[in-house]
Amino acid sequence: MGTGAVLPEMRVRRQTRFAAVGLFLLLTGTGVLIALEENLLKVFLLRNYNTRLVVLSTTLLGISSGMVGSFLLLRRRSLMGDALSHATLPGIALAFMGLVALGGVGKELGWLLGGAALSGLLGVVAVTLICRLPRMKEDTAMGIVLSVFYGAGVALLGLIQEMPGAGAAGLETFIYGKTASLVGSDFQILWLITGGVVLVSAAFYKEFKILCFDEAFAASTGWPVRRLDLLLLGLVTAVTVAGLQAVGLILIIALLVIPPAAARMWTSRLYRMLILSGLIGGMSGWIGATLSALLSKLPAGAVIVLVASGFFLFSLFLGTERGILVRLLRHLSLKRRVERQNLLRAFYEVLEQRAGGRSPEAFVSWQELLARRSWSPRLLYRIARRALEAELIEEMDRSGLLLSPEGLAAAAKVTRNHRLWELYLIEHADIAPNHVDRDADFVEHVLGERLTRHLEQSLPDILRTGAPAVPGSPHGL
Amino acid sequence: MSWYAFDSWIVLIGILSAVSCALPGCFLVLRRMSMMGDAISHAVLPGLAIGYLLTGERTSLVMFGGAVLVGALTAFFTQWISQLGKVDRGASMGIVFTSLFALGLVLIVRGADTVDLDPSCVLYGSIELAPLDVGTVLRMGETTLEVPRTVMTSGVLLLVNLAVILAFFKEWKITSFDPALARTLGLSSGVMHYLLMILVALTTVTVFEAVGSILVIAMLIVPPACAALLANRLGSLLLISALFATLTAVLGHVMAIGLPPLIGYTDTSSTGMMAVAAGLLFAVTALLTRLRGALKPRPAGP
Repeated sequence: MGTGAVLPEMRVRRQTRFAAVGLFLLLTGTGVLIALEENLLKVFLLRNYNTRLVVLSTTLLGISSGMVGSFLLLRRRSLMGDALSHATLPGIALAFMGLVALGGVGKELGWLLGGAALSGLLGVVAVTLICRLPRMKEDTAMGIVLSVFYGAGVALLGLIQEMPGAGAAGLETFIYGKTASLVGSDFQILWLITGGVVLVSAAFYKEFKILCFDEAFAASTGWPVRRLDLLLLGLVTAVTVAGLQAVGLILIIALLVIPPAAARMWTSRLYRMLILSGLIGGMSGWIGATLSALLSKLPAGAVIVLVASGFFLFSLFLGTERGILVRLLRHLSLKRRVERQNLLRAFYEVLEQRAGGRSPEAFVSWQELLARRSWSPRLLYRIARRALEAELIEEMDRSGLLLSPEGLAAAAKVTRNHRLWELYLIEHADIAPNHVDRDADFVEHVLGERLTRHLEQSLPDILRTGAPAVPGSPHGL
Repeated sequence: MSWYAFDSWIVLIGILSAVSCALPGCFLVLRRMSMMGDAISHAVLPGLAIGYLLTGERTSLVMFGGAVLVGALTAFFTQWISQLGKVDRGASMGIVFTSLFALGLVLIVRGADTVDLDPSCVLYGSIELAPLDVGTVLRMGETTLEVPRTVMTSGVLLLVNLAVILAFFKEWKITSFDPALARTLGLSSGVMHYLLMILVALTTVTVFEAVGSILVIAMLIVPPACAALLANRLGSLLLISALFATLTAVLGHVMAIGLPPLIGYTDTSSTGMMAVAAGLLFAVTALLTRLRGALKPRPAGP
C-alpha cells in the first residue's frame, strides 16, 4: 500500500526513531521523578509533594497536547479542542445524574471522565456530520456543537442543582480545572495518556502525516481516512478530557493550539515539529507551574498559558523557518537578487547592441541603463552601489558604470538563462515571441543549475553544442 | 407550567438578544469566522478587569468600553498573527483569546485584594435574574410598566445593529462574497472587516452581561447556520436567521420551564435551554433540507 510498500525500511527507520524519542521522553520523565526523590532538583522545585505533582502533571499535559495539537494545526482544526472541551459538559452532568440515580455518590472520577469522553466524541462526530451538509464549513459546525452541547450541559447542571443532597458544588470545577489541587490519580491518568499519545503518534506517524498533508491523496490510495481521522480525534479527546479536569477548559485549549503554532515557526518537518511542540508544551507547563508555585497569587493555569504565548511570540518573530524576521530577510534577499540580475542583464543587452556582443570596454552610461527598464534613477543608483560592493562593477561615476570581468561573466550567464527560458517558452509552451519577455522575467531569477541544463538539452538546435554561448534574443530589444 | 409576567420579560430579553446576535452572526458565518464570538466572549476578560480596577464599579461605562475595545483588539491580533505569521486563522484566534483570557485571570487574581470579581460570574450571566433589575418605569394612565434595564439595553443594541447593517449592507455583501471585486471598486475589505468585528464585540459584551456567553455564541452562529441551509440571498438570510432567533428564544424558555416538571424537577437554565432549542431547530432544518435534497436536486446557491 502506497509508500509503505515501496520504502519499507524508511518506514521502519522513521518509526524506530520516533519510538526512540518517545522512550526518551518517558525515561526523562521517570528520571526527573527519581531525581526529585533524591532531592537533586530541590533548588528548582519546592520540596513539596503537591507542587511537584502539579509541575509534573502540567509538564506531561503540555507534552501530550503539544504533540496531538500539531496534527490538529496541520489539519487546520486547531479550534477542535475548543469545541470538544465545551462538548464534554453534558456528558459530565449526565454521568453524575446517572450515578446519583443508581444510588452512588455522583462524583466518581472514572464515570465522570467516561461521560466527558463520550459526549466529547459525540460532539466531534456531530462536527463531521454537520460539515457534510450543504454550505456548512468546519468553523460553523464547531461553533454549533460548542454552543449547543455546552448549553445542554448548563441546562442539565440547572437540574442537578435541584437534586436533593447531591453535592454538585464541585462539578463545575471539573470543567474549570483545579490546577492547584491536583492529586496522584490525576498524575497517573496524565502519565498513561502521554505515553499513549507518544506511542500512537509513533505507530501511526506515516498515516497521520499523509492525513495532514494530502487527505484526498490518502483516500485515493486506499487509506481508511475516516477511521484514521477518528483515531486522531480520539487522541485529542483523551488529552482534552484528562487535561480538562486537571487544568481547566481554557488552558487545555491553549495547550492544544499555542505550542504547535510556535513549533511550526521553526521547522517544516513533521517529526521535528512534533518533538518541538511537545517540548514547548512541556516547558510551558513546567515553567508556568513553577512560577505559580514560587510567586503568590498567580493562578497556575493562566501563567502556563502566558508562558506558552511568550514562547509563541518569540517564535513568531525569530523562528528560523517561518518566523517574521527570517521571511522578511528572505524576501529582501530575493528582491536584491532580482534587482542585481536585472541590472546585469540590462548591462549585457546594452553592450550587445552596441558592438555585436564584443565591446572593447564594458562601460555603459546611466542614460543607457535607465532606458532599458522602468526604474527610477535613485533605485538604479542604489542597485549599482550594491553591485559595486559585490565587485560586479569595477567603477562608477557621474557619467556611467564600468563592469568588472566577473560582472561581465555574470551578466552573460543571467542573460543566457533568460534567453534559454524565453526560447523554451516559445518552443515548448507555444507562447508568442513578443510575450515571452514578461513571462521569462518572472522565472529567470529562480532558474537553478539543473533546470538550466535541462533547458540546454531541450533546445539543442538553437544552441551550438558545448559552448556556453548566449543565444540571440528571440524578440526585438 | 405556569406563565407569569416575569416569563414574558425573560422571553422578550431572549428575543431581543438573540436577534441582535443573529444579524451580525450571519456575516460571521458567511466569512467563515463563526468562532469569533466564542473568542471575543472569552477574550474580553482583561478589558473588564482593567475597567473594574480603574473604576471599582461593577457596571461602569469604563468597564463596558474596555471590554468592547479588547474584543475588537482580539479581532485585530487574530488578523495580524494570521497574516504576518502565516498561521491558520483558527489557530491564531485560539492563541489570541486564550492568552487574553489568561491575562485577564491574572489581573483579576492579582487585584483580588480589592476586587470581588468572579470570572465565571462575568462570563455566565443569568437571564432569570435580569427582569428583577428594573431600569425604567413607564406610566400610561393607570397602568405602570416596569421595564427591566436589560430590555432597554438589548433593545438599543438591536436598533444599533439594524442601523449599522442597513447602512453597510451593500459593502458587507460585496466584501463577504467577493473581496477581489470589492478591492477593484475601491472598497477596503479591511475597514469593513474591522467594522464588523467592532459590531460583534459590542454585541457580545452587551448581551453576555445580561444573558451569559453561551447564548451569545449560540445565537451568533446557530440561527444564521439554519438560515444558510434555506436562504439563497443575503436579505433572506438575515430575515430567516432573525426569525429562527426569535423562535429559539421562545422555544428555549418554554422548554426550560416546561420540560423539567415532566421528570420531577421545577425548572432549569433558560439560556442553556435556548442553546438546546437552537440546536434542535438546526437539526430539524438540516433533516428537512436533506429530505428535500433527496426528493429534488437543489439549484446551486451563492
